[in-house]
Amino acid sequence: MNTPIQRYNNTAMALHWLVALLVFAAFPLGVYMHDLPLSPTKLQYYSYHKWIGITILVLAVTRVVWRITHTPPPLPEAIPRWEVVVSHITHLALYGLLLAIPLSGWLMSSAKGFQTVWFGLLPLPDLVGKDKALGDLLTTVHQGLNLMLFLLVGMHIAAVIKHKLIDRDQILERMLPKGMSK
Amino acid sequence: MNPFIRIVLSSLALMSSVAFAVEFKQVQTNESTVTFAYKQMGVTMDGTFAKFAAQASFDPAKLAKAQARIDIDLASIDTGSSDGNDEVAGKQWFNAKAYPSAGFISTGVKALGGNRYEARGKLTIKGKTLDVIAPFTFQSTAARGVFDGSFTIRRLDYNIGEGVWADVGTVADEIQIKFHLVVNASPAKK
Ligand code: HEM
Repeated sequence: MNTPIQRYNNTAMALHWLVALLVFAAFPLGVYMHDLPLSPTKLQYYSYHKWIGITILVLAVTRVVWRITHTPPPLPEAIPRWEVVVSHITHLALYGLLLAIPLSGWLMSSAKGFQTVWFGLLPLPDLVGKDKALGDLLTTVHQGLNLMLFLLVGMHIAAVIKHKLIDRDQILERMLPKGMSK
Repeated sequence: MNPFIRIVLSSLALMSSVAFAVEFKQVQTNESTVTFAYKQMGVTMDGTFAKFAAQASFDPAKLAKAQARIDIDLASIDTGSSDGNDEVAGKQWFNAKAYPSAGFISTGVKALGGNRYEARGKLTIKGKTLDVIAPFTFQSTAARGVFDGSFTIRRLDYNIGEGVWADVGTVADEIQIKFHLVVNASPAKK
């Protein structure tokens, strides 16, 4: 069977891969910087992490708007119903986390009294006043949401591998530009 | 301004202050604050010194005799985070073990007009003494005077933040120090 692959459009693909790249930068950076002893490097990494995170927030909002205003290409008929349901839930949760994680980070920074200035240029308003207890709570929230993201991204990638190696269908190609796949 | 009017005005000002001549001497430390502001990665941060001792004697009519002295307990610093507080007490920053306090001693006060003044003095931090000029305002009722002022130092002039911290791209060199001193009046000696 050789039906043409139904791809996402270029905007959707660009947003998907850009966000993926930035998450793969922000996440390890977050884990790494946390354990560094206080130094100028640590302060710089915190800033970079916050800048990348806010960029993800902006892109995630754009993605949600794109998703609401567009219908993704239909899935191949062969995919069982339960897989469709699970994938929808996973994707919905991923969108939710891509919004909630940076928001929790922004809130955390406000509560800890470290304002976020995007790329050192655009000061973001502090969403809450300085409050140590709230700051510590939000740190835990940020960590908890990130753990969920870690698990869901793991599932997301495991699903791609399953489609590729077991089902041998062309789910991955839907998100890849034409030149990059057969 | 016409020199004549100037003389009239300044003598009027002098008379009015002489009429209320009181000396402000009793610093109310619990109502006073010493705070600072600095930039870290382009972000403005505020900090405070919780503990300091201050002595002042100030009579707007006798500026030549005005005096002020502030001693700040550096261990009482709050930079905004506990990591930060531990760090700045350390050797590369204040080296608070060897230099537990920072001190300002005035050498003179000048009137700038209105309720504005300028204090000159010597600021000692970490074993280094440099001249500073601190403009301030003074507002008073009969019993109570309030000094508000600020000045900016360059931390590297005092070797505050050595080694890796000497990089002013992360923590800026300029540190603004702000003081708000509430001083009660004691009647001037006749
Ligand atoms: C999707 C975007 C983001 C991801 C994937 C992400 C991920 C992470 C991760 C994995 C950690 C380490 C948690 C730990 O091990 O303690 C972390 C920490 C942190 N994140 Fe984010 N983050 C994001 C956005 C943001 C934003 C937008 C901000 C602030 C504006 C922010 C501020 C912080 C801070 C301050 C920490 C350190 C917490 C601490 O050390 O106490 N993050 N982040």
